[in-house]
Amino acid sequence: MANLIKTKRGLNIPITGSPIEMIGKSTLPTDFALVPDYFHGVTPKLHVKEGDVVKAGTPVFYEKQFPDMNFVSPVSGTVKAINRGERRKILSIQIEADAKMTYESFDKPDLKTLSVEELIQTLQKVGLWVFIKQRPYDVIANPNKTPKAIFISSFDSAPLAPNNDYVVGGQMADFQKGIDVLAKIAKVHLGIKHGKQTPFAAVKNVEITEYEGPHPVGNVGVQINHVDPVNKGEVVWTINPQDVLFIGRFFNKGIIDLSRTIALTGPSVKSPQYCQTVAGAGIGYLIQGNLIKGTHRFVVGNVLTGTKVPENGYLDYYATQLTVLEEGSETHELVGWAMPRFRKFSVSRTYFSFLFECKLLSKLFGNLKYKWDTRLLGGERAIIMSGEYDKVLPMDILPEYLIKAMIVKDLDKMEALGAYEIAPEDVALCEFVCTSKLPLQQIVRDSLDYMKKELE
Amino acid sequence: MSNKLRKLVDKIKPNFQPGGKLEKLHSVFDGFETFLFVPNTTASKKGAHIRDAIDSKRTMIVVVMALLPALLFGMYNVGYQHYLAIGQDAGFWSTFVYGLLAVLPIIIVSYGVGLGIEFIAAQIRGSEIHEGFLVTGMLIPMIVPVDTPLWMIAIATAFAVIFAKEVFGGTGMNIFNVALVTRAFLFFAYPSHMSGNTVWVRTGTTFGLGGGTPVDSYTGATVLGELATASSDNIQVVDVVGNPIGFWDGFLGLIPGSIGETSTLAILLGAALILFTGVASWKVMLSVFTGGALMAFVFNSFGPDTAVAHFPWYNHLVYGGFAFGAVFMATDPVTSARTELGKWIFGFMIGAFAIIIRVLNPGYPEGMMLAILFMNIFAPLIDYYVVNANIKKRLKRATKKA
Repeated sequence: MANLIKTKRGLNIPITGSPIEMIGKSTLPTDFALVPDYFHGVTPKLHVKEGDVVKAGTPVFYEKQFPDMNFVSPVSGTVKAINRGERRKILSIQIEADAKMTYESFDKPDLKTLSVEELIQTLQKVGLWVFIKQRPYDVIANPNKTPKAIFISSFDSAPLAPNNDYVVGGQMADFQKGIDVLAKIAKVHLGIKHGKQTPFAAVKNVEITEYEGPHPVGNVGVQINHVDPVNKGEVVWTINPQDVLFIGRFFNKGIIDLSRTIALTGPSVKSPQYCQTVAGAGIGYLIQGNLIKGTHRFVVGNVLTGTKVPENGYLDYYATQLTVLEEGSETHELVGWAMPRFRKFSVSRTYFSFLFECKLLSKLFGNLKYKWDTRLLGGERAIIMSGEYDKVLPMDILPEYLIKAMIVKDLDKMEALGAYEIAPEDVALCEFVCTSKLPLQQIVRDSLDYMKKELE
Repeated sequence: MSNKLRKLVDKIKPNFQPGGKLEKLHSVFDGFETFLFVPNTTASKKGAHIRDAIDSKRTMIVVVMALLPALLFGMYNVGYQHYLAIGQDAGFWSTFVYGLLAVLPIIIVSYGVGLGIEFIAAQIRGSEIHEGFLVTGMLIPMIVPVDTPLWMIAIATAFAVIFAKEVFGGTGMNIFNVALVTRAFLFFAYPSHMSGNTVWVRTGTTFGLGGGTPVDSYTGATVLGELATASSDNIQVVDVVGNPIGFWDGFLGLIPGSIGETSTLAILLGAALILFTGVASWKVMLSVFTGGALMAFVFNSFGPDTAVAHFPWYNHLVYGGFAFGAVFMATDPVTSARTELGKWIFGFMIGAFAIIIRVLNPGYPEGMMLAILFMNIFAPLIDYYVVNANIKKRLKRATKKA
């Protein structure tokens, strides 16, 4: 029997647009791109130039600090454009896909004979390393540092998140292979959802822990904190379950196949569903004809931690979902802060909208669904309320004090209060509930970068 | 209406933006704009794209709403005490209107002075106008005696807002509860006005209303005042015309005292609202009452032989500013302890100190104000130890591994 960890702290946000379990679109677009900014902390050095022909798995650029660390093309085709911004910073490398996908050929590696060093070397060369992240600092893992463990959360508890049982379930052979590869490097912890039949429960070669509770219990950071927290000087790796498939496929078939099933979600999507696509695809074709009217915001990732992209933007390499919701910048609510606002959600009970969650009232008055848009719904203030963050962060960390240490850039305090254990996504809910509307994820991101720069 | 107003705002807005004629007044303009319309700023490119509908304005308005029962009762009580003192029965509405007219000028002065300074300070800092004073401005009239001269309230408010809040950086940065600093300033700067028996009940007229002279048996003392000056160790407390009163009179609140503090019942109604909405911490509130009750019980059982030490512990909780302080002052999140364990300690100590001061210091019949201000100083220290425990745990974990 696996260990069971229960948390009460957290919040499942009642937002509409969960995907139903069916694959809508499965044709691929021709428009793909690698956006270096999506890989946090990476300084790209190009392998290709405009007009080059690439296959799926051909290196496109590498990381300046680790020349072995390749970032590869997700599809076969031609490098259409290399877009640069100020100071020649590479904004994106656009690739126009061929009609037929061809794969870069690699020797199928033999897991048994490969040493750990060779394994790490191989993962970098074929472009799979980018999927392995590390704590501290929540960046792509430093290949020269040995982790004490590798953590994988098999379920995603974020708002409208895809169901990994459905997405990965049919490919358990690749998943198990990926796990076997990782287990060669360090002990693998797999978090699974308690009380649910899941194919992940049968995975071998891992230590399974069951979790129960509201979001963010599916965040790998929360799971690490409960099982084996990151201390000073230690490194833990994390990887998304969908990305484990990529590693598995490579070791099973010898090709780089970055195709994945992503969830198309959010209140502005007419029929929320899953789509078969490939990392780095343009989002335009995914949403075409499947949106309700309005001014939309497109978010690659979930609504709490994702990145806003334009309508002609691209999926990042990690994205497992695309969320579309109302932008709301044209809405002007007259004295909204003093109004009843029955369709606005608040975790506090300062709005009485929560009453309509009660079955009886919703029968009487009709089902009042919450209306969401991207407004902050208030001005930024100093931290006034206390205890708000603690209620949605199930980690042994005092978030308010950590955030304050981060704001004043006090390295010692950050270290002492658990900055090594935290990633921006862990404070996403804190940011959501914050009365003072502080950009907590940005604060954490900047501080982790600052720490990394100062301490490494 | 909303659209027309929006158009008007949009029309005059450029004047206040950089380069506009009235650029210097942009904080004031922002203040009014965000007061009228919820800001339409949307989430940044990366980060949480949806937000909880609560903001600091909502929080403040909920607290103001929670203060209303006690305020309305306080107004009625001002009239009630007045007519009781002059031996007339004026009927409900005359009684209330008398109180309303007596209290309204204090509210206006408090808000006028406080918000004025707040606007100027925001302008100097170039920041948005913070709404913290919405609550403070309402608290101040409720914790002063009705006969406090308006100019004193003006000076005390100005002092508190400037020196207890703005110099520290504005809302969220202050160490002391601003309303209590106002009260403390009045108490120490004008002691002859703020204590004794003359300020708690207005015996004169208000805007010509309620003429009459006090009846012979009239004394204007509060219950705690009576206790502090009692000559024997066991007295029967009385109302302003000498009728004996007990627990339920204190609970309902038709007794002399500061404007909003007398009715524990009305205060508890407000407490229900701020606890239910999650704006205030139930831990602080509960522990203040617990601390006070326990301390008073200790004095009841072992205390010195004085009237106030013999005052039953349950009466301590309903007389004076105890309940008001516990519900609305101690729970101020900015000046209270911020860690969960800290809140228990903080609240308990306030309750205990309030009773200690009441019983052991005859100079200050009311201990609540000083107890809270005193614990405001200690709140960061309490939190420091709680936070340190977390730090030590993390260190221990790391060294055990190594």
